[in-house]
Order: sequence, then C-alpha cells, then structure tokens
Amino acid sequence: MTIVPVCPSPILQHETVQMAHGAGGRLSQTLMQRVFMPHLHNAFLDLLDDQAKLDLPAGRTAFTTDTYVVSPVFFPGGNIGELAVNGTVNDLSVGGATPIYLSAGFVLEEGFSLVELETIVKSMAEAARKAEVMIVTGDTKVVGKGQCDRIFINTSGIGIIREGVNLSCRNLQPGDTIILSGTVGDHGMAIMTSREGLSFQSRITSDCAALNAMIAAVLDVVPSVHAMRDPTRGGVAATLNELAVSSAVGIEINETAIPVKPDVRGACELLGIDPLHVANEGKLVLAVAGEYAGTVLDLLRSCEPGRDAVIIGSVVNDHPGMVVMRTAFGSRRIVDLPLGEQLPRIC
Amino acid sequence: MCLAIPGKLLEIVDENGLKMGTVDVNGSKTRACLEYVPDIQVGQYTIIHAGFALKIIDEEEAAESLKLWEELFESGAFLPDEEPPSPESL
Amino acid sequence: MKYIDEYRNPQLARKLLDEIRRKTTRHWTIMEICGGQTHSILRNGIDQLLPDTIELVHGPGCPVCVTPLESIERALLIASRKDVIFTSFGDMLRVPGSSKDLFMVRSEGGDVRIVFSPLDALQIARDNLQKEVVFFAVGFETTAPANAMAVYQAAREGILNFSVIVSQVMVPPAMRAILSSPDNRVQGFLAAGHVCAIMGYAEYEPVARDFHVPIVPTGFEPVDLLAGILKTVELLEEGRAEVVNRYGRVVSREGNLVAQETIGKVFEVTDRQWRGIGLIPGSGLSLRADFSQYDAEKKFDVTHICTSESPLCMSGSVLQGILKPDDCPAFARECTPEHPLGATMVSSEGACAAYYNYHRNAYLL
Repeated sequence: MTIVPVCPSPILQHETVQMAHGAGGRLSQTLMQRVFMPHLHNAFLDLLDDQAKLDLPAGRTAFTTDTYVVSPVFFPGGNIGELAVNGTVNDLSVGGATPIYLSAGFVLEEGFSLVELETIVKSMAEAARKAEVMIVTGDTKVVGKGQCDRIFINTSGIGIIREGVNLSCRNLQPGDTIILSGTVGDHGMAIMTSREGLSFQSRITSDCAALNAMIAAVLDVVPSVHAMRDPTRGGVAATLNELAVSSAVGIEINETAIPVKPDVRGACELLGIDPLHVANEGKLVLAVAGEYAGTVLDLLRSCEPGRDAVIIGSVVNDHPGMVVMRTAFGSRRIVDLPLGEQLPRIC
Repeated sequence: MCLAIPGKLLEIVDENGLKMGTVDVNGSKTRACLEYVPDIQVGQYTIIHAGFALKIIDEEEAAESLKLWEELFESGAFLPDEEPPSPESL
Repeated sequence: MKYIDEYRNPQLARKLLDEIRRKTTRHWTIMEICGGQTHSILRNGIDQLLPDTIELVHGPGCPVCVTPLESIERALLIASRKDVIFTSFGDMLRVPGSSKDLFMVRSEGGDVRIVFSPLDALQIARDNLQKEVVFFAVGFETTAPANAMAVYQAAREGILNFSVIVSQVMVPPAMRAILSSPDNRVQGFLAAGHVCAIMGYAEYEPVARDFHVPIVPTGFEPVDLLAGILKTVELLEEGRAEVVNRYGRVVSREGNLVAQETIGKVFEVTDRQWRGIGLIPGSGLSLRADFSQYDAEKKFDVTHICTSESPLCMSGSVLQGILKPDDCPAFARECTPEHPLGATMVSSEGACAAYYNYHRNAYLL
C-alpha cells in the first residue's frame, strides 16, 4: 500500500531559504509552488505573468508603497506579513481611497526558515482576504546570510479615491475636532517588550489591523472629514505635528483624554517613554468639523478597531504649527516630535 | 536615570546566586534584582531602577500622608512634618 | 497605577498649590537637583502653576550631562574596537563627544547596545566569551548600587571579559559647590528622592547647617513635587535651615544600608570633573583597587585623548542654575536635540532637553 502525502508542508520543517530559491530556476519555482501559491492564488497570480493586467474602476487612482523591516518578524498580535498588507491598505484608505490591488516584494535572507516564511505568507493571504484586497503581483529575491535581517517585505497598493471625499493634512480648520480611534502605544510597546535582551513579560499585543472598512463606514455618512492619518512611526505626537504644520493651524489636546491600556502605560513608565511617541498600526487620527464629531465618534465605535474612539482635542487659531497639551493639572505644554530612534525598526 | 517605578513583587527566584524577582507594573512584568531589599515579601511594593529594587514602599506611611493631606486640607489646618524630629536634630 | 496615580491627583495638586500661594510672602529661589524632577516639573507644567514669586532653578542632577568629555572620548574609542561589545543606558548614545557620539560609532560598525540594567550587560558578557563587554557605568547614588552589583557579581563569578567605565557622581558635594559659588542664588533645595532612598538624608544636615538652607527630600510625581515645594517654602518663610523629608514612603534618614555597604565594597570616593562645571572635590566614585581589573579605562589603552567643547555651549551655567536653557543664545538655534552642542540637550534628564521638549515657545502659550 502506498501512502501519498497530501500536503507537502511537513517536508518544509527541515528546509531553509537557499540562494538558489531566488535565482529564477527550478528551485524558485519550487518555492513559488510550495510556499506562496498554496496561499496566494487568484486569477492574476495564477497566470504567473511578470505583470498583472488590471482593469481599474473609474475614478482617481491612489498609489502607495511601503517597505516593512520590523524586528522581530513575529511579535505579539501579528507578524511582518500582515503588517505589510494592513499598513499599505491603511495608507490608501486614509487618503480616501478604496484599496483594491497590492503587490508584494520579498527579500529573504539565506537560511530563513521556510516554515516561518509560509506562516507569514499565509497571514498575508488572510489579511488580504479580510481587507478585501487582492495581491496580484509579486517578486522574491534571496540575499546571502547577514545581508538582510531574515525577511523584508515591500507592498505597493492601488486604490480608487471615493467621489466627494477630499482628505488632506492641509485641510484642518480652526474649530475642527480631533478624534483618536483608540488606545495608543500598543504596537510599539508590543515590539519593544518582545525583543530579546529586555527581561520583560507583558500581554501587550500589537493593534495591527486593516482600517479600510471602518474608514468606509465613516466616509459613507460623513464624506466631509477633513483629514485622516494613521499614527505609525513617531506616534500620535508626530501625526498631530504634521497636521498642524501642513495646515498652519494650532492643535490643542487634553492629556486626560488620551486612552492608554494599563499594561502599555506600565511598560512606558518603566522605560521612560511617552505613549504619544509610540507607533500604532491599527489607529486613526481624524480631523472633522465640530458639528460632525459626535456622528463620526459613534461610527468609529460601531467598528471593532474603533471601539475605544475618543475626542482628544480641537484645532485652534493660536500657535499655528504647534501642538499644545492641557495637562491634568491645568497647565499647558508643547507636544513635540519624538527625538528619533527610540524604538528602532518597529514597522 | 533617577527614574524608579513602583511595582508589586510577584515571585522571588535565584539567578546566578542573586535574589531576583518578577515585578508587576500595571500588568507588564519585569525582572529585578532584589539583593538590596532582602526582607521583601511577595505582594509588597517596591521601586525599580536600572533593573534593581531599591526600597520597599512603606504602604502605611504612604496611606497616612495621603489621608493626612486630605483631612488637613478639608479642615484648613497646616501640614505637619511627616516624621517626628529625631533627638539629634532638636 | 498604584503609587503613581494618587500622586498625580489634580485636586490634591490644586490644594497644595493654593497652600503654597497662601504661605509665600516673598520671592524664593528653589533648586531641584535631579533631572528626573526637572522633566516632571516641565512635563506637568508645575513651573507655570506656581506663583510668580517662586522661582525654580534646575540643578546638575543629570549624570549623563556631567560625565566628563574625556570619559566620553574614551568610551567612543573603546566602542570602536572590533573585539568590544559596548553597552550603555539609552541616553548616552547621543551625548556628543568632540566630534561624534556612540550612535555614530554604531552606524560605523561598532557593536553598541542599549541595556536597561547593568546586569543585562553582565549577561551579554556571559553569552559572548570571545568578546570584551564594556558597560558605561553612569549615574548618581541611585544607580551606584546597580553598577556596584554588576562589578561585584562579575568578580564573584570570575567573569573576566567584563569591565566598566565609571562615571559615578554624588549630590552633596555638588550642592556645596553650588552654594559656595559667588553667583549662587539658590535659597532652598528639593533633594533628589531616589538618591535619598539609597543614601538617606543625614548627610544633608551639615549642608543645611553650614549654608543655612532648607533641604527637602522630594519625589517625582506632581503631588510629591508640590508637597516638597510647599515644605521648602514653609521652612524658608520660617527661617528654618533644616532637612525635612517629604518622600516618606521611600526615603528614611539612614537610607538603604545594604546598598550603601555594597557601594562601599566596590567603590571609593574620589575627586571628579563635572562636564561644564569643573572639578568638585570628593564628588565621584571610582573602583577600589581590588576591582581594578574591571576598570575599562585601565584595561584598554585609551590615553591619547584630545577634547574640544563647542564654545557656544553654556551647559555648565545651566547645570549650576545660573542660566535657564532658553537664556542660552544657541538654544533651539545651533543647539537642538538633533544637533546638540552639549549633553544637557540630549539626556533624558538634561534641562535643555526638557525645555526644548516642553517649554520651547512657551511665550506663545
């Protein structure tokens, strides 16, 4: 009696990425067939062409690209693959575009585990499915040991900008309300506390999530939102400063309004880090005319990633280009850009 | 660098001959050396600096002073010195 | 968070502020020694909330800021060596030497790693026996027990590929130096609460007596700071040059005796250069002879050091409370956190950094 293995996966256990996997020959095909295609398959990818031939719906096109080099590659709440999909989906969505197609380019380090690679690819497929986008084209290169850190992923994305929506960081008006869609610091502190060398244990998980459905829910009802940004590197502080400078307005926020999870807060206190400076991967900062603030808040809270949405402040005429915080004690101080590489390679 | 954060001791272990502990800071746990707080018990609070527990927080003292401040301000009285003066300083 | 939230209670802070206002009848200049306190004051805007008659000046309580330029230069040379893994607390990485900083050494290929505890550095030594692991042991008395334990433990385990660059400084001699200066305006001190947790506060009593200044061991949270300021004002108004503890949950008069014992075993008191200030006698710690094999500055030949400070940098005057950071002509112009001229602009406890982060353009607010 012959036993025919149904799934080739168990063989991957002992296998790692080799230089030949990136050389375009038979081993490249093997990698494609055994690791990528079982999870990433659709009408475009199955053709195995060098390019995806697309029919784009009518409307203005948005195009974005981002490269993901996060370390560690697997972190509490996600991995580099889903980060790569969700990050690019979000970059399109905050511009008012409905994301449709993504590309995925991989740089793999020789010796990287094929089991881990497959887990990442599978996560990307799942993230794409959840976000209702298709990965339609891709590329894989392999570099020698030590020439990259395990895996780097570039995703580029195309989306169609919604009619009647004009989102820009230059749109803020005095009187606008600033809304934050949820707790801050989760992603950056999840990365920080999961790195080797820090004798930390925490339950902090990354908030990595695709926000396009939530953004669509808001824009369906309030298309006149002025600006939306996802506060990734540099945190909410960097995003608010960018908005203030681009629109040449002042922003005032209330310290007591900023939501922070208790264990994120504990980790930040221990490390002397300001939660406003820490990266988020599943949050939004929105600027909307005051009269719509309540509606937008309710819409956000009706979606899973926005359940902790709060109003944190407003746009003012004073101190243009500066973000000022009212402390719990009634004093006021600047919220500045963080210094720099507090948390290297967090996205 | 004088940053020292209060946390609750959850367990005591030995590592390389040093008394070490796991301290909970609002749900995040960190490892700290307990050599400088030899009498510390699990459940007590301590301040952590550079991976070391420096002092056991005197919970009674803390509760007293907070309570005293509240009461005295209610009654409009002055705040007395927290520790009775030692004989040498009199 | 327990033992933090209670001390950030705005109502209690308000009451303390009202009491300070009630008690203050004239102008008082009070110095907080510790950089951590400086940052907390500025981050919470306490200086704005106090009556104008109370002036807070910021002291040299930033061990990163006062580490001598020569030590930085030696650290940079050692860190550049291929056989060395150089470990340090995070904010040393951007402290400017004469021409570069540890961050640049890392980008040039040096193995420079941030650690949160000196014991982490010791673990790196255990895990990398083929390399020399050097730890930049910077700190005030708060950090001395941690730094001492790393060396003590290394000796106990016979770990030979570990050494430290010692830049330990002490508060009471610095206080004396400030009070002895002809430019001194300081009338009362908030003593650094965590330094006092280790050393106790008995050693401040002769300082209070000799210079006729009240000294109040104070914590770091807004309520702690205001309670400390209130007590200092009360003592000043009453003309009482005493040491009164306002951080009782952590500070006792004798301090942590076990920690003091270990410090005494590993370190001895020396004279010390403070960057920007100069030599303060008996203000530093160095390794005792029986631990000299752990002294990185002896282990590595780093004698040929040339140093040059920016002529624009006024951190010395800032550290002594003679100038405020925004009095410096280079503040926020030639000198920013991205391009610091001195250590006070990059350290997490530096007064210039605190002003830049929280106080810059305050006149606009």
